[in-house]
Amino acid sequence: MKIVVLVKEVPDTYGDRKLNLETGLADRAASDTVLDEIGERALEVALSYADGHADTEVVVLSMSPEAAAATVRKGLAMGASSAVQLVDEALVGADLGLTAEALAGALQHIGYDLVIAGNESTDGSGGVLPAMIAELLDVPNATSLNSVEIAEGEVRGERASDHGTMQVTATLPAVISITERLPDARFPNFKGIMAAKKKPFETLSLAEVGVDAETTEASRSIMISLAEKPPRTAGTKIVDEGDAGERLAEYLVQNRLA
Amino acid sequence: MTDYPADSILVLLDTTPSGALTKSAAGLLGAAAGVGTPVALIVAAGGEQLASDAAALGAARVLVAEPTELGAQLTVPVADALAAAAELVRPDAVLVSNSIEGREIAARFAARSRSGLAVDAVGVSRDAEGVIAHHSVYGGAYNVDSAVTWGAPVITVREGAIDARAEAQPVSIERLEVAASARRAAVIDSVDEAVVTSSRPELRGAAKVVSGGRGLGSEEQFALVDQLADVLGAAVGASRAAVDAGYVPQSYQVGQTGVSVSPQLYIALGISGAIQHRAGMQTAKTIVAINKDADAPIFEIADFGIVGDLFTVVPQLIAALEARKA
Ligand SMILES: Cc1cc2nc3c(=O)[nH]c(=O)nc-3n(C[C@H](O)[C@H](O)[C@H](O)COP(=O)(O)OP(=O)(O)OC[C@H]3O[C@@H](n4cnc5c(N)ncnc54)[C@H](O)[C@@H]3O)c2cc1C
Ligand SMILES: Nc1ncnc2c1ncn2[C@@H]1O[C@H](COP(=O)(O)O)[C@@H](O)[C@H]1O
Repeated sequence: MKIVVLVKEVPDTYGDRKLNLETGLADRAASDTVLDEIGERALEVALSYADGHADTEVVVLSMSPEAAAATVRKGLAMGASSAVQLVDEALVGADLGLTAEALAGALQHIGYDLVIAGNESTDGSGGVLPAMIAELLDVPNATSLNSVEIAEGEVRGERASDHGTMQVTATLPAVISITERLPDARFPNFKGIMAAKKKPFETLSLAEVGVDAETTEASRSIMISLAEKPPRTAGTKIVDEGDAGERLAEYLVQNRLA
Repeated sequence: MTDYPADSILVLLDTTPSGALTKSAAGLLGAAAGVGTPVALIVAAGGEQLASDAAALGAARVLVAEPTELGAQLTVPVADALAAAAELVRPDAVLVSNSIEGREIAARFAARSRSGLAVDAVGVSRDAEGVIAHHSVYGGAYNVDSAVTWGAPVITVREGAIDARAEAQPVSIERLEVAASARRAAVIDSVDEAVVTSSRPELRGAAKVVSGGRGLGSEEQFALVDQLADVLGAAVGASRAAVDAGYVPQSYQVGQTGVSVSPQLYIALGISGAIQHRAGMQTAKTIVAINKDADAPIFEIADFGIVGDLFTVVPQLIAALEARKA
């Protein structure tokens, strides 16, 4: 079984995240970058399956600037067999459509039985790429899974849907995405970090995966304006001296909030 | 009947498993009416019955479809219906709810038709070149506008973000035949619909929200959050720590990987105010925080902060509010 896990480098959500007001792009210099937590959980799903099934190959795939290579390597240190990074100048500022085409192209190039993604990235928060990629590859998408069971020729799970949950099954090859309900990922250990240095790390360009970023056949979404909102400031802060509940009631009533 | 207005906005309305329009319908049609003529698409068994609801919410025309694999396959049947409707209506924009089901239908449709896709819009407007989507990103720290290079944009709209409402329209129904795309799809084995037992407002779009965090300490004690919410007529939310601890279901989670809310009033009880939590609530009009740690980051954005024990402050607050009501 060949499992490809889609991982993304994102600005660390624990820090201040900035957009460059001129280019509209994430300001990578302004914040630390990390492997997106949901991508790590997706990798954990693949690795824990591989733990019990020796003939499993786990590939991490990321579309990112070259500088993100170190972040992608973390996936190798955690236990993936190989990594593929899709790097191309033409992908800077790529919209969702181009990102999906590029990742679908890379997946066709790599080959896969199962693709595992996060349900939402913490920076794009589109929550759409897994379904877009499935459409482009003409495979089923079983997305927003709270649990994953990989079996011979199919994958099953509980899907978090808008009005409750549903049980879904997809025949392989398929694209799935997982939610935060799945367990936190393992930490890379020393052995893993050393082994990672020897694992295959391939860098692909758009031309190599057969995608043309400049095509006019697809309509693209573009940012036409960007403005920073003034940060919020603190208001009144009181220490409870036995009457804070009363005072809050007063405040709510005065502001017509109660 | 293929005479759809030149400024048609195709709006896919979500339905519940038990066959009603979801709450997002009013906002979607309200947004559409602001930029063109709303044409609703309802993909449901017996969708005709819902057409009058859609018209009452502003749909000038209603398309009803029931593709063969509806309910049996995930996403694909509805995406096929949306593709058929877009072919017929030739809209200026396609609006879909940014719900889990909605956004994936939009995703498949946009990828298939190679349309520009804009997600999680909090508003739409129109300029000389077409329909523009307005977004609030990085937890409301930036306002971003997006447009597409050509053609009709596919826009998913954040649930509860649109206040505009459209005027009621006379009912005009057309049945839409859908040719299956035969795209491979996942199979739905069973559906477990969450029963809505509470009369409380829904978290998304609520005017007031009371949220509880790890500081509540247990599932039983989390009831205090419910009590305050009920006195205020507010929806109930939670931090991820409270969800992870099992005090409440995941659907209550406010924050970057949960629901984004922009209520008039947000009360945070026993929540430290981690940046990921703030990302989902800092656009609230008024923020109130109760936390026993004077250095909790939630106080940096609170309009009214109380350093104190929530288990003494909240019962006193509830009593004071009830006394005023009586
Ligand atoms: C990728 C990623 C995504 C995330 N997404 C989200 C998200 O969507 N939503 C979210 O909320 N978090 C999210 N988090 C988690 C976030 O970082 C915090 O861990 C979480 O918000 C903490 O929840 P909390 O404030 O309830 O708990 P804590 O940080 O433990 O805070 C509990 C607070 O309660 C106070 N307290 C305790 N007892 C009392 C008392 N009796 N009276 C008054 N105050 C009391 C304490 O002083 C403390 O400040 C995410 C994290 C990551 C890495
Ligand atoms: N640039 C990228 N490279 C690899 N995977 C990605 C990329 N962007 C998004 N993904 C995957 O798609 C998931 C959903 O992303 P999004 O649609 O941006 O919310 C993420 O959790 C990743 O698994």
